[in-house]
Amino acid sequence: MEIKEKDKQSEQQLPNPAKAGQQFDTDEIEAISPWKDTLKQLRKNRFAIAGLVIIVFFIILGILAPLVTSYTYDEQSLVDRLLPPSAEHWLGTDHLGRDIFTRIAYGARVSLQVGFFAVTGALVFGTLLGIIAGYFGRWVDMVISRIFDILLAFPSILLAIAIVAILGASLQNALIAIAVINIPIFGRLVRSKVISLREEEYIMAAKAQGMKNGRIIFRHILPNSVAPIIVQATLGFGTAILEAAALGFLGLGVQPPTPEWGQMLADSRDFIQIAPWTLIIPGVSIMLVVLGFNLIGDGLRDALDPKMKN
Amino acid sequence: MFAYIMRRLLMLIPVLIGMTLITFSIVHLIPGNPAQVILGETANQTAIDDLEESMGLNEPYIVQYGIYVSDLVQGDLGTSLRSKSEISSEIWPYIAATFELTIFAMIFAIIIGVNAGIISAWKQNSWFDFLAMLFALVGVSMPIFWLALMEQWIFAQELGWLPAYGRQDSRDPIAPITHFYVLDALIHLDFPRALTVLKHLILPSIALGTIPMAIIARMTRSSMLEVMKSDYIRTVRAKGSGQFLIIYKHALKNAIIPVLTVIGLQTGVLLGGAILTETIFSWPGIGRYVYEAINYRDYPVIQSGILVIAFIFVIINLIVDILYTRIDPRIKY
Repeated sequence: MEIKEKDKQSEQQLPNPAKAGQQFDTDEIEAISPWKDTLKQLRKNRFAIAGLVIIVFFIILGILAPLVTSYTYDEQSLVDRLLPPSAEHWLGTDHLGRDIFTRIAYGARVSLQVGFFAVTGALVFGTLLGIIAGYFGRWVDMVISRIFDILLAFPSILLAIAIVAILGASLQNALIAIAVINIPIFGRLVRSKVISLREEEYIMAAKAQGMKNGRIIFRHILPNSVAPIIVQATLGFGTAILEAAALGFLGLGVQPPTPEWGQMLADSRDFIQIAPWTLIIPGVSIMLVVLGFNLIGDGLRDALDPKMKN
Repeated sequence: MFAYIMRRLLMLIPVLIGMTLITFSIVHLIPGNPAQVILGETANQTAIDDLEESMGLNEPYIVQYGIYVSDLVQGDLGTSLRSKSEISSEIWPYIAATFELTIFAMIFAIIIGVNAGIISAWKQNSWFDFLAMLFALVGVSMPIFWLALMEQWIFAQELGWLPAYGRQDSRDPIAPITHFYVLDALIHLDFPRALTVLKHLILPSIALGTIPMAIIARMTRSSMLEVMKSDYIRTVRAKGSGQFLIIYKHALKNAIIPVLTVIGLQTGVLLGGAILTETIFSWPGIGRYVYEAINYRDYPVIQSGILVIAFIFVIINLIVDILYTRIDPRIKY
């Protein structure tokens, strides 16, 4: 048991030797955990902070949607259709006279939810399959890797369309489709990480002690594969939101009247010349949220990459 | 080399089987009776029975799958329920339209992306570098269908510079030979029509090519920065070569390998993006073919359209993999 603990500690210190060369005394090195260090790096990255601000803004907007607006997202008023932005309607109204700001706020809920659940689903199943494939190797790896190959053989949005075509168009099915197309991305990432970890001495030591596979996987392999998974999850969040918007735009996602940004774009297509704001605003919203996740993801990757520390 | 190609081809077999299983499921996993779903709620029982009979839906799944695959192997992609014609005989113009669009989008993405990446690396931390990378970041974050709509609005509807819809002037069509309209117009030596076709290509190509362009630019930049630090570049510099020669003759050769990987991957992504772009620009390509089939519940077309796109995607990936070994002799398999 003691050996295991020591190994774990030394493993955790690994990202730090670069610092050891500088004039820090050893006490200080012990004090910085890799996660704190990452956070410190991230805080210095202005782009990542900007990304975080954008995401937090949209999360708050989504949560407070009923409080920040006096309209409901499906309240139609044909007299007020296609009004430009004004004090009454901050971002104008759409072709049915619905308040666009309200629909954007409620749409933020939908987009962030889709992103969250699709990424979580893909992450859980992808990581699990990746670990099983990488850790057990042989025919298990063969089978799982071929499944990944098959899923990756389709352009992702096309596979999503195929899945929705099978299951029927709804928010839930769009979410499932997006999760499925992202499974192999996490799966391959984790698999390659596990294969490189499997040969590490501390894993062999754990095996020599007679530790069970499950314990080795969850206590030793998984914690050491976390960094690339987090980066991929953050970037994947943005991709998932784009994919959801694309499905919504094609009418294969959320069904009306629930507001979804991609679908708002599809609805407003015909009014672009007389009411450009009906298209500009949902598009910019999608772009900002995805940009936010990309900025954080890039920042995290740099912060977690020991090569970038100088 | 030969052994590698053979192994790579063998690995395709399970992938192709998996692909056909998925497209097969599109019809057979839809909840309820497929014939009922295809014909709609109001269909009478005889029509449903007839369709079930003609689609072989009464056989066990395994037999149905066997028939499906053996038809595919013989080049039979089924019959469209809407046009009532053989899919294999009507699909080529759609594929050609998508290819033409994809090729132009990729040319746009490569020319702008690679050069922007090179200049960004060359003038690292300059305002050009900053702007180009910001633009690239925004480019990958943008929904391409939104970009397409914006382009259409600004350049077609407001400014009237470029056509907003279709592949050509529908009142003055080209007599198709290859169905690559640029090529067809050139074969006819019909330069005014070639110009019209090119004009129709500009907006959709830019919409489709923007994401790959952004990704290529970022990849080229980081790859160039890495290579520019290497010893042999220092040697070339010591020799007294000009900066332009160093970059385009010496550095680019090594920096381009990871960029090619990205280009290969992005070509496949373009096939997916084509569905959205084609829908917006009324581009009669295979993406739009599939999308319209979804609206008409034309399941044989959905099945075969998706299968054909996936097959093209797999072949592109295969070609890219084989090309690596030619470009970089260090890669051994």
